[in-house]
Amino acid sequence: MSSIPTTASEIAAAIAAKEITAREVIDAHLARINARESDIHAFNKVMADEARAHADAIDADIAAGRPVGPLAGVPIALKDNMCTRGVETTCSSKILEGWKPPYDATVVTKLREAGAIVVGKTNLDEFAMGSSTENSAFGPTRNPLDIERVPGGSSGGSAAAVAAGFAPVSLGSDTGGSIRQPAAMCGVVGVKPTYGRVSRYGLVAYASSLDQIGPFATTVADAALITEAIAGHDVHDSTSIPQDVPSFVEAAGQGVKGMRIGRVTDLPEGAEPEVTARLNAAFAALEAAGAEIVDVQLPSLSYALTAYYLIAPAEASSNLARFDGVRFGLRVNAPDTNAMYGATRAAGFGDEVQRRIMLGTYALSAGYYDAYYGKALKVRRLIADDFNRAYEKVDVILTPTSPVVAFKFGEKVDDPMSMYLCDIYTIPTNLAGHPGMSVPFGTGAHGLPVGIQVLAPALGEVPMFRVGGALEAAAGGAQ
Amino acid sequence: MTTSGSPISAADVAKVARLARLDIDNAHIEHFTEQLGKVMAHFADIDALNLDGVTPMTQPYPLVNVMRDDVEMPTLDTDEVLAAAPAAEERRFRVPPIIGIEG
Repeated sequence: MSSIPTTASEIAAAIAAKEITAREVIDAHLARINARESDIHAFNKVMADEARAHADAIDADIAAGRPVGPLAGVPIALKDNMCTRGVETTCSSKILEGWKPPYDATVVTKLREAGAIVVGKTNLDEFAMGSSTENSAFGPTRNPLDIERVPGGSSGGSAAAVAAGFAPVSLGSDTGGSIRQPAAMCGVVGVKPTYGRVSRYGLVAYASSLDQIGPFATTVADAALITEAIAGHDVHDSTSIPQDVPSFVEAAGQGVKGMRIGRVTDLPEGAEPEVTARLNAAFAALEAAGAEIVDVQLPSLSYALTAYYLIAPAEASSNLARFDGVRFGLRVNAPDTNAMYGATRAAGFGDEVQRRIMLGTYALSAGYYDAYYGKALKVRRLIADDFNRAYEKVDVILTPTSPVVAFKFGEKVDDPMSMYLCDIYTIPTNLAGHPGMSVPFGTGAHGLPVGIQVLAPALGEVPMFRVGGALEAAAGGAQ
Repeated sequence: MTTSGSPISAADVAKVARLARLDIDNAHIEHFTEQLGKVMAHFADIDALNLDGVTPMTQPYPLVNVMRDDVEMPTLDTDEVLAAAPAAEERRFRVPPIIGIEG
């Protein structure tokens, strides 16, 4: 067996050229999972048998000269809040433990049609609510770079799976930073596309006006490749945007000559000094690569945290009403339905989910709606307006992804406000519905990776990937 | 709302838990009251903003009246759906009585 390439694009090319087989690729990744998964806990379920069978089928197609998809044989891990028909989909919650969906999410269908092989379902903060993966009902995921530390969250399992080499690429979901923040903390690339760019059909909803699926990868080109594969309009998601998908892979290699990069002069404080130093280095690198740095102001940004923690819990309180012990998952028996609902939901949801359901219920309740939810929707408008004004002057905006590097277990888990502050730089883009990505750019405190965030206007993935690619090239040269 | 200066009281939290169909014991109510109080205290920051005349933003990408032709399309398989339910009978979801039972 020849050596297994590390990136998705190289793996797909090597399999198509018959240099290696899909089965060899899958076996190599399953061997890595076997060796380290007990330390990392990236997965809720490893689909070893299914993955081997799928690989064998692809190898048979290739041997027979039948056409295969552009991602044929590429292993991919899926966050366990994406529906896989007949395979447990738990959202890392006791309330869905053992649930086997009767359908596939659109992203799963698209990936399988492209020939990608699902290797497993990854761990997350319960229902994607959290920033450390400590809120999983099935135990935390550990950061492959330092197993005493969190991988970030909520898509911590998907970030860790790629960082540990369990799969070259994975999918996560990002409601307030849940792809970009763990990508930063695990030293990998993470992308949140424009809201509506990728179908949410089959993604178990947390906050429907904010949720978006996107990839993790070790390179910007791979992230672009997977974004292309999953993007596009879907009749099953009425919020998906009916627009063609340009080549993001091409964009990743185009460079930044002549581009205008926004530097936010009134960025909310709180970033570690080493993180700020990396951000400044990123500006210098892009300037050296031919871009122009332009100062912009986003005065409403500091109010984003409040708007988010009213809007997201409000939507969650409504979305999670469906977990009532009737149609799927856990039921705690009681003499009547009302008692059954209350007992089932109290037993099935963890603390953070209960906190957010209560926050949202309160924000929507009679007498408080205007003071909380109504106001938050107006603040959301101000934040989107701020961004749109800034994008008249610049093509993209650069910020840190996370104010802090990966922290230790238990540091923040019982202090919701300090945990929420981890998302201060990622949340605003979700509120605006714009795309954003995190690119590893050197290290900060304790030698841990720092991610730089590239933000772009709605449907601005092309400029975003151009800058992401340039940052990656500069980071490689700098280290 | 409360006399202690906290933006939310234990009674508020108990009421919200009831509205949200969460059967939470008193010890947890106390714990949540403290945590939610801290979070809600932070929310006061937006009181400084003048929001008069600002149009609420309910969705990021405005798409209206997304319709499809009224034609039959495949739906989920009934048996597969019911197989995932906690209880089913006669091709329906089975639930406890809607009206409470005395005692």
